[in-house]
Amino acid sequence: MRLAGFYVFAVAIILLPILFQDNYFVTVVGISAGLHVILAVGLNLLMGYAGQISLGHAAFFGMGAYASGILTTRYAWPAPLAMFAGLTVVGLIAWLLARPILRLHGHYLAMATLGFGIVVHVIMVQATHWTGGPDGLSGIPTLDLFGWPVDSDLRWYAVVAAAMLLAIWLSLNLIDSRIGRALRAVHGSEFAAQMLGIDTGRTKTQVFVVSALFAAFAGSLFAHQQGFVSPDSFSLMVSVELVTMVVLGGMASTFGAACGAIALTLLHAGLVVFEDYEMLIHGALLMAVMIFMPQGLFVGLDQAVRRLLRRSGN
Amino acid sequence: MPFVSYREKNQDQNQTRGDTMKTGFWRNILAAMLLGAGGLANGAEPIKIGSFLTVTGPASFLGDPELKTLQMYVEAINAKGGINGHPLELIHYDTGGKAQDAVSFVKRLIRNDKVDMIVGGTTSGDTLAAIPEVEKESIPLISLAGGIEIVEPVKKWVFKVAHTDRMAAAKIFEDLRKRNLIKVALITGDGGFDKSGHEQLLKLAPQYGITIVADESYGNKDSDMTTQLTKIRGSDAQVIINFGFGQAPAIVTKNLKQLGITLPLYQSHGVASKTFIDLAGDAAEGVRLPAAALVVAEQLLDTDPQKPVLLAYKKLYEAKYGPVSTFGGHAYDGLYIAVGAIQRAGGTDKTKVRDEIEKTKGFIGTAGVFNMSPEDHMGLNLDAFKMVEIRNGGWKIVE
Repeated sequence: MRLAGFYVFAVAIILLPILFQDNYFVTVVGISAGLHVILAVGLNLLMGYAGQISLGHAAFFGMGAYASGILTTRYAWPAPLAMFAGLTVVGLIAWLLARPILRLHGHYLAMATLGFGIVVHVIMVQATHWTGGPDGLSGIPTLDLFGWPVDSDLRWYAVVAAAMLLAIWLSLNLIDSRIGRALRAVHGSEFAAQMLGIDTGRTKTQVFVVSALFAAFAGSLFAHQQGFVSPDSFSLMVSVELVTMVVLGGMASTFGAACGAIALTLLHAGLVVFEDYEMLIHGALLMAVMIFMPQGLFVGLDQAVRRLLRRSGN
Repeated sequence: MPFVSYREKNQDQNQTRGDTMKTGFWRNILAAMLLGAGGLANGAEPIKIGSFLTVTGPASFLGDPELKTLQMYVEAINAKGGINGHPLELIHYDTGGKAQDAVSFVKRLIRNDKVDMIVGGTTSGDTLAAIPEVEKESIPLISLAGGIEIVEPVKKWVFKVAHTDRMAAAKIFEDLRKRNLIKVALITGDGGFDKSGHEQLLKLAPQYGITIVADESYGNKDSDMTTQLTKIRGSDAQVIINFGFGQAPAIVTKNLKQLGITLPLYQSHGVASKTFIDLAGDAAEGVRLPAAALVVAEQLLDTDPQKPVLLAYKKLYEAKYGPVSTFGGHAYDGLYIAVGAIQRAGGTDKTKVRDEIEKTKGFIGTAGVFNMSPEDHMGLNLDAFKMVEIRNGGWKIVE
């Protein structure tokens, strides 16, 4: 029963490409929405549950992407091995970074993660020899899962959907475990959490590493799916966009984060047709959501549906 | 024929029943409209040309005239009845100079808008990012960007119409040889265009017997380059080459004058616009650069086959939008090479159109005369560039 929502969501994800075959918004935009969901769900563990902000999450996303890109193109590593290597490196960096960085609070933590994101971005632009510089890295081979090449939109949709469902399932289970409860205690009051016997430093480090791994995993898939990566995709703006997804969808809710990620991705793809007015409409919609649904899109929609049901019941 | 017979029958009815004259009249109009609309839908399905350009962002001065040119000529072609009776439809997206967006827009053009071919990619970065998708989906692409990597090595579905940075470097070195200047100081920025130009200059120098005696760089957002120029003054350079676009080359030019350095200065085709002269002011006097014939159209000999094409483009564009730039001209070349290929192919079959683009011979565009081949997907030679000097705030051909 605890995972009822998850099963409903999973069925919807599987039905979409069957109902809308060859639809650009399902098989192309859907893939990028799926990757965003993984990123947002990961970031939500850190932001929504543990209450630690990160304005540098695009850096982990980028490191995962570049690790896969560089190892497969320059050293001809098989894709799964490159992905694993990327995850290891990102996990290690996140672990080393977590202790000093997570001692900071509020604005200072925001500043530190922001700085980290910018440093990584500068390296991507300047280390031309490795990363291809501002022009990016192209010719990244597609994923090959044990002789099953992921070479069409539909196959990519399947892979990303599976990865996304895995990420959501992991997140839901994590939150409902001892670590999850410890995280929420840290969010409430770090001092009180310590009094309850929670090793807050360790808990925060763990969630930071898990969150970074989610991002790196999405990055690696992204690199193989696009076949091309450039520093643009991992800039500060992307970090900010990820935070927006989590906040827009509703903090401290896995489905909230997923909802925010999907909504923002679709919004971006849908508004392109308005050309010059795109940003204007985009901003206005975000403002409207935050004013009328301060708890986020997911909770807001949920309440609206409930209200509607009650009214029709009367 | 069914149309006529229907009307005749209807008229007969009207004559026999005079009271329904009015209804009959409206019925005729309705029938004519339906038939007309049907005829239009059958005979003239639009040919869809997709485009992804950098209309906003730092490279907007490139993409903006390109988009205006495309829109202007698509309208003009449709006013004349389209291609083989089919109207053209232009579908464009603005990448804002973000290569990753270029990839998603190209996917969108192919899958969602189902375009017949693509003209675009304002910058080399955008184009290079989109190439894998274009090759995979087998759809002809004519890029408007400069980078030589776009067509070297040759890719089956990718063509380009803009001059390359290598041509610019070669043109400059040719002029240096004529003036017997062989010791060169380079000063370049940190952008993609700058870096690629820098690479070509270094690569070509030995072929022209030129030695690089100083090699300085700056950040494109820097507001002062006197430090680098002072270092160049300390070398035994006979001439300075600055490769870049935007503000920075204007600052280099001004700084040189402020420092009282009298060495001749060469700029790249990236500054072949009136804006550069305005920014650099007096200091721009005597600066030489390779430029497309468009900026000096009036000065060309009357026998030059390019002259009427250039003047016609200039007249049409300036009547609507103001001063022309060579970049808008690239869009003209790209569009008309595409139109020519579709006409010759007699339809929008992608393979046939691709083959016809490759067979483009003697097409007189704004950038030069194009002669494509299976080995050369650009088809311009060095003559496409004119060496010009800035005199009295204007351009002067110095060949």
